[in-house]
Amino acid sequence: MDSDTKARIARQFIEAIPFSRALGMRLEEIGGGVAVISMPWNPDLIGDPERGVIHGGAVSALMDTCGGAAVMSHPAAPAGTATIDLRIDYMRAATPGAPLIARAECHHITRSVAFMRAVASNPGEDAPVAMATGTFTVERA
Amino acid sequence: MSRRPRPEPVQVVKQRRDAALRRLVEHVPYVQFLGITVDRRGDELTATLNFSDKLIGNPLLPAIHGGVTASFLEVTAIMEVSWAMIWDDLESGRLDPQTADLPRLPKTIDFAVDYLRTGLPRDAYARARVTRQGRRYASVQVEAWQDNRDRPFAHASARFLMPPRDGGSDG
Repeated sequence: MDSDTKARIARQFIEAIPFSRALGMRLEEIGGGVAVISMPWNPDLIGDPERGVIHGGAVSALMDTCGGAAVMSHPAAPAGTATIDLRIDYMRAATPGAPLIARAECHHITRSVAFMRAVASNPGEDAPVAMATGTFTVERA
Repeated sequence: MSRRPRPEPVQVVKQRRDAALRRLVEHVPYVQFLGITVDRRGDELTATLNFSDKLIGNPLLPAIHGGVTASFLEVTAIMEVSWAMIWDDLESGRLDPQTADLPRLPKTIDFAVDYLRTGLPRDAYARARVTRQGRRYASVQVEAWQDNRDRPFAHASARFLMPPRDGGSDG
């Protein structure tokens, strides 16, 4: 299977996840243990109504999905994966009205555990919104 | 000789507490989007994640999305720390949620979740405990379960930056 076919299958797989769909997530890039996923602005995701800032939980959902995709796309590709733990630092409020984009990288993988780090930001803005690290299971076929 | 003031009628106390709780739950769009509701017994809160198909992450198992589980835990933690923050003012009557605005919400500094078991496609419950509450920072632990209280499917710990309150210095 060539890398284009793999990427297309990955995109279909991720965009078929009901909750990721509900949040409007779109796979922008995938391959070699790196995934980039965007999430559009949506007023349903607001966590602080006074400031119009989206809820940290929606950022967690983006980080978790993007992290899982990065792990799945690693060359030592696991047949499947599940999140073991996820830790997120929230550096600033996401800009109201702007989409979010997450970039996750599976930077190390053993026979049993995949290690991931990710950054979420508003496109065109330098300061990241949140950073995450996580570990994922490595399921063997 | 001073006498203790008569306690307020129970319905007045309940009305004030429930009005404050409704503000924390019903005014947050993401809490509504996920279908989270909250029960109260005295000051104890239990959040319920009412299952719906859109919460699925893995359609093959099927299982609740890890991002839903993280969101449910974070929502419950924010609710608990906000509740603890307003409780004294609420009880003393200094804060009347029917006429005055509630203080601003705490901001999450960091959040760490452990996934312990698969989240099944059914309702889930969560309770949080504020382990440290200062003027500026608070630490919270939160746990979620489904059918069996002794078998949590996820737990998390979170740190919050508290909103500025009237009077006093930072500390």
